[in-house]
Amino acid sequence: MKEKVTDIREQFINNRKYINGQNMKENNVQEQLKEAGIDILKCMQCGMCSGSCPSGRHTSLNVRRLIRHAMRSQDVLEDKELWMCTTCYNCQERCPRRIDIVDAILSIRSVAAHEGIILPEHKQVIELLLEYGHAVPIDETNMEKREELGLERLPETVHKDLEALNEVKKLLNACKLAAIIDQ
Amino acid sequence: MAPLALFLGCVIPNRYPGIEMATRLCLAKLDIDCTYLPGASCCPAPGVFRSFDSPTWLAVAGRNLTLGEDMQRDLLTICNGCFGSLADANRTLKENEELRKRTNVYLGEIDRQFKGTIDVRHIAEFLYSDVGTEKIKEAIEKPLGLKVAVHYGCHLIKPSRDRGLGSFERPRFFDELVEATGSTSVEYSDKMECCGAGGGMRSGLKERSLAMAEHKLSKIKEAGVDCIVNACPFCHMQLDAGQKEIEKAFGKTYEIPVLHYSQLLGLALGFPPEMLGIHMNVVQNMGFMEKLKMSIEDN
Repeated sequence: MKEKVTDIREQFINNRKYINGQNMKENNVQEQLKEAGIDILKCMQCGMCSGSCPSGRHTSLNVRRLIRHAMRSQDVLEDKELWMCTTCYNCQERCPRRIDIVDAILSIRSVAAHEGIILPEHKQVIELLLEYGHAVPIDETNMEKREELGLERLPETVHKDLEALNEVKKLLNACKLAAIIDQ
Repeated sequence: MAPLALFLGCVIPNRYPGIEMATRLCLAKLDIDCTYLPGASCCPAPGVFRSFDSPTWLAVAGRNLTLGEDMQRDLLTICNGCFGSLADANRTLKENEELRKRTNVYLGEIDRQFKGTIDVRHIAEFLYSDVGTEKIKEAIEKPLGLKVAVHYGCHLIKPSRDRGLGSFERPRFFDELVEATGSTSVEYSDKMECCGAGGGMRSGLKERSLAMAEHKLSKIKEAGVDCIVNACPFCHMQLDAGQKEIEKAFGKTYEIPVLHYSQLLGLALGFPPEMLGIHMNVVQNMGFMEKLKMSIEDN
């Protein structure tokens, strides 16, 4: 019986995954995208996304390449370009294959974050939400500005309502958000 | 017109409280039924928290939505990020039964349930659709005559499929709102380009994020305007505080005043700049403040 090239290639790819020991990660990316109903395999690599990307004018972000990376390899979780997207949605709006590109990037980021691949500055943002219920909490300067304007020192949010803050903390605890920064 | 509850978010009450005051003044002057939304938290910010953990993002947004449901008021956002998060979460929770069930399990821990009984609005689209530019024009006391660079901000209009506010390439409604104040919306290169703050870029990759803002500011400067007008405090912060950071990082000085639409409208409705917190911006452009004073005295 003759062997088929595609079978050999598949075996080769599977072996490499096994050798790299990263089979889990790839499954996570694929599962996450599948759950979000996003099919990046429809991508034909036309480059409309890269041409539309404002970040790509100032960073190394190449959306077309990033999507190809995500199609082919679990290493995309380590790709620094994942975090260079401002989520402006230009690429997603213009994609001729109607791929939800930004949503895909957000999904892949979340797998990376759960693998502990997250910028220290972003960990700090999580810590702020966990402690204050605000990603940007009040400070002394702005309490004074509020008073000068005739507003109350603390805004009518969780900042002024301890019970509400505790409710948010309880909710975040149930969601296990802290697990991302505790790894 | 449904009654509204004002969703403050983080950046407005905690960094640019003048926008909070300006919004309340404008809504009161236009006789719109809007109260605070006590106990609200971060929306939570879409670029970061949705990136880290989507179920948490949905649950915290879900809680904020239930606060509005309890008050039987639609949420009025004054920030593109809050609008993006809350409108997307509201739609998802209304349409996706599986995600609604999962989110309600989390919300059950704090004795809350998402019911899906309210809508989420953004002040720009609300003023345009529900109040209308004609009614705004009638309420104007001091036509401003300013040359304005309008900055829409990405999440006000995109994803366009979900926002339903028309063209994302060449929208017009925000320009019309600005023109209703007696100002001129000046065309400029890369007008629809992102300010560079979103997606965790400003917090995580500051220098590159500022490079994007600098590009935008350079195009605005070429156009020669009196000020930038935005509809989002995160864009506002990037374009205002960012100018000082850009000066430090790249040695380029701009000094272009930045106003939220509530502040521009507030001026045109006759409120003094000090009441609207315009002097509290990082960019202190004395020429602009003088011009405002003169245009107020002229009228």
